[in-house]
Amino acid sequence: MRLVLTQYSVVVVLVAVLVVLFGLYLSWTATRLDRLHVRLDAANVALDAQLLRRSTAVLELARSGLLDPATALILAAGAREAEIAAPDEREAAESALTRDVRAAFEDPAQGEHVRAHPDGPELLDELGRAMRRVQLARRFHNESVRAVRQLRSHRLVRAFRLAGRAPDKPSFEIDDEPPATLAR
Amino acid sequence: MRIGIVCPYSWDVPGGVQFHIRDLAEYLIKLGHEVSVLAAADEDTELPPYVQSAGRAIPVPYNGSVARLSFGFLSAARVRRWIHDGNFEVLHVHEPGTPSLSLLACWAASGPIVATFHTANPRSRAMLAGAPIVASAMEKINARIAVSEYARRTLVEHLGGDAVVIPNGVDVGYFSALRPRPEWQTPTDQQADGGTIGFVGRFGEPRKGLSLLLEALPAIVAARPRTRLLVAGRGDEDEALRNVPAHVREHVEFLGMVSDEDKGRLFQSVDVYCAPNTGGESFGIILVEAMSGGAPVLASDLDAFSLVLEGGAAGAMFPNGDAAALAREAIALLGDPARRRALRAAESEAVRKYDWSVVAADILSVYEMVTESTARVTAENGGSR
Repeated sequence: MRLVLTQYSVVVVLVAVLVVLFGLYLSWTATRLDRLHVRLDAANVALDAQLLRRSTAVLELARSGLLDPATALILAAGAREAEIAAPDEREAAESALTRDVRAAFEDPAQGEHVRAHPDGPELLDELGRAMRRVQLARRFHNESVRAVRQLRSHRLVRAFRLAGRAPDKPSFEIDDEPPATLAR
Repeated sequence: MRIGIVCPYSWDVPGGVQFHIRDLAEYLIKLGHEVSVLAAADEDTELPPYVQSAGRAIPVPYNGSVARLSFGFLSAARVRRWIHDGNFEVLHVHEPGTPSLSLLACWAASGPIVATFHTANPRSRAMLAGAPIVASAMEKINARIAVSEYARRTLVEHLGGDAVVIPNGVDVGYFSALRPRPEWQTPTDQQADGGTIGFVGRFGEPRKGLSLLLEALPAIVAARPRTRLLVAGRGDEDEALRNVPAHVREHVEFLGMVSDEDKGRLFQSVDVYCAPNTGGESFGIILVEAMSGGAPVLASDLDAFSLVLEGGAAGAMFPNGDAAALAREAIALLGDPARRRALRAAESEAVRKYDWSVVAADILSVYEMVTESTARVTAENGGSR
């Protein structure tokens, strides 16, 4: 009888330890998930900022008077569409802006022509930097989305609803390849 | 007169603006004027002798869709050289609000410039963003022409200023001289309970409204069981017929792409020409062609159509998008030969003002007015900033 009692208490202690360890594990996972959500929010803000910087750079170039009016109008319209696009049209509008810029500078002579003007290099360099930064910000953003998704799809996270009611954020898929003349 | 005309789109792509420019240029040449047209074109396109290529147009996202446009310094240089070599008395640009050759021509030229605006309803967002850029080029335009009252209103709202209305031209004599094709006519023994309805257009485009006509067809067939619908134009036939009841399908005949001549003979053959378009029309040249060909017209009451049909005096109309009303009007027209005769008479009167002889004379008087200052069109160095 004593022997059975001792065995019983050992089991109780073991179970208690396991429960505590499991609780710690859950809490640690929740903290990880929370950290990833914060990281994703930051990446999202950064992406927004870089996209805005890019459309501003395009618009400045368009209004500089250094381009022919047809190219300027295409770029200004593209930048404007990208800035005011509704959330579900945003990827399409930003991709369209990328293609506008690529079409405008597909011919290297166009870039050289603008660069020949005193204000040209600064405007082109700013646009080149902005396009590169959109690429970077988008990679970081999508990497965060992937990390959050991976952890959220974990069985325990789903079972214990560790993600709470935070919505599942989609990745941001656009064509962001700059033209060769602006690539850095 | 030495006239330079600028087409902002590809010459090898069929479109209303291209056809208008082609017909205008050929008519002016026939009158003895010297005309040169600058247009975008693929390298291997065969061009008429009066057209000069400004190179290939490039597909680029603009205004919510992908458009084929000509832009950049290389295109601008070609435009400038053409203006310089042409030594024109007047420059006539089309759709200068589109970022393509016409806008570049306004930028590069000085001297008498006439501009024609074709579009009825450009989404204003692009124009708003580009307004300061376009403004300086547009300020050089001496005379502005809109192809319809509707196009004029759009122009006034989006750019300010005013324009005179000169409609698109149609060769009325060509369409009225064609003979009907018997297989497209209603046989004598079917006239009591049948009739043929014609439709022309790229019917895959929802705004052309074929689906509305097909929605109305069962009711028309119920009232007149031997009615036939002849559809000319490009599109996916199975897709178009998907929602049409099986017993009605045999009343629809697809003619595929037809030549200009067959289009004209179709107008001569049918009892009713139906234009159920739901929007996006600035002028309705197809209505004028159908009216020239003597087809009684039944059209939706779009502003542009209402103007051509003189508010219903020269053709029947139904409320836009209302299939039941379309069916009612079609049944009434098919069963009333006297009314169709009256409409034909009213039409032949109404289309006179769209004949090239009238339209070209009007355009020529605009040319003469802007050239009175005697200055020639010259290329400016570097364009204005």
